[in-house]
Amino acid sequence: MIAVFRHIKTGDWLTMGVGCFIVALLTFELWNGELADKVVIRSKGKLFSEVSLSRNQRIEVPGSMGISLVAIENRKVRIASDPGPRQYCVRQGWLKQAGEIALCLPNQVSVELVGSHKSYDSLNY
Amino acid sequence: MRIEKPGLKIAEGVNNSFHSSFFSPQSAILLTATAEDHRIARMAAVALGLAIIEGAIPSPLPGVKPGLANIVTLIVLSRYGWRMAAWVSLLRVLAGSLLFGNFLAPGFFLSLSGTLLSLLALGFAMHLPSRWFGHVSQSILAAFAHITGQMIVVYLWLIPQAGIVYLIPVFAAAALVFGTVNGVVAASFMANEKNNTVSCGAAKSAE
Repeated sequence: MIAVFRHIKTGDWLTMGVGCFIVALLTFELWNGELADKVVIRSKGKLFSEVSLSRNQRIEVPGSMGISLVAIENRKVRIASDPGPRQYCVRQGWLKQAGEIALCLPNQVSVELVGSHKSYDSLNY
Repeated sequence: MRIEKPGLKIAEGVNNSFHSSFFSPQSAILLTATAEDHRIARMAAVALGLAIIEGAIPSPLPGVKPGLANIVTLIVLSRYGWRMAAWVSLLRVLAGSLLFGNFLAPGFFLSLSGTLLSLLALGFAMHLPSRWFGHVSQSILAAFAHITGQMIVVYLWLIPQAGIVYLIPVFAAAALVFGTVNGVVAASFMANEKNNTVSCGAAKSAE
């Protein structure tokens, strides 16, 4: 066992350390948060549709003011356009993780990412 | 005198049997293999053998493989330089794909892109100061470059979906572990060999 360590030079330990750091960083960055697998779209208080995130698509959701456009791309979702005056939900950008939600209040449209387990945050309580 | 080029043969054999000498199978262009070519072929064959052995080891996830053939690449790199290492590993990819039957299939392009990037990384890593950085560093860098090359092909061509990113930590961890193990194996192999030749030489001189 000690004979094995003889072949590892000082810089090799450094390389291994940096490698460990990269692996840890990747794990933390990519596995942070639960994977979302579908998106729940609600309109005017009622469930409009539940769509899987695996297919890129654009969905037109009729709300009380007009049509909100929901875009699904690379396992992310966002409101691409909305007739509301302040555009908060559009400016919120891409949603990636389960539990994230974008609300377009004037148009009464909401988009929520859900995973296999329902996770709770302050919105739910 | 041994005639190797058909042009020479024509010039010398004009009067006797032009046609027979020109069209006979012996007069086809002879490729002379140098000692270096033989060495490349021998090392590539060893690498292929390791790749086949490795193919028999079951893997929990497609793509997570020890990459034993890279031990050969590391040894060739340190003994004969980068050019030979590139020959050996690219020949291994080509001949391996013919053996496994996936030439020009996705798997072939995966290993090709991985090998190309890891050769680039080795070209960089071999210039690291050898006092501090050994074969283990080279192996780890090559392993990370290999997985990066494969991920580029996977993402740009095979599965242009972000879903694959969830597997990257697994691949990166495997690259770190197997890169370290391969590097240690290559380093201890070369250290053993050096000791043996030294002791052989000592024994011979003692005689």
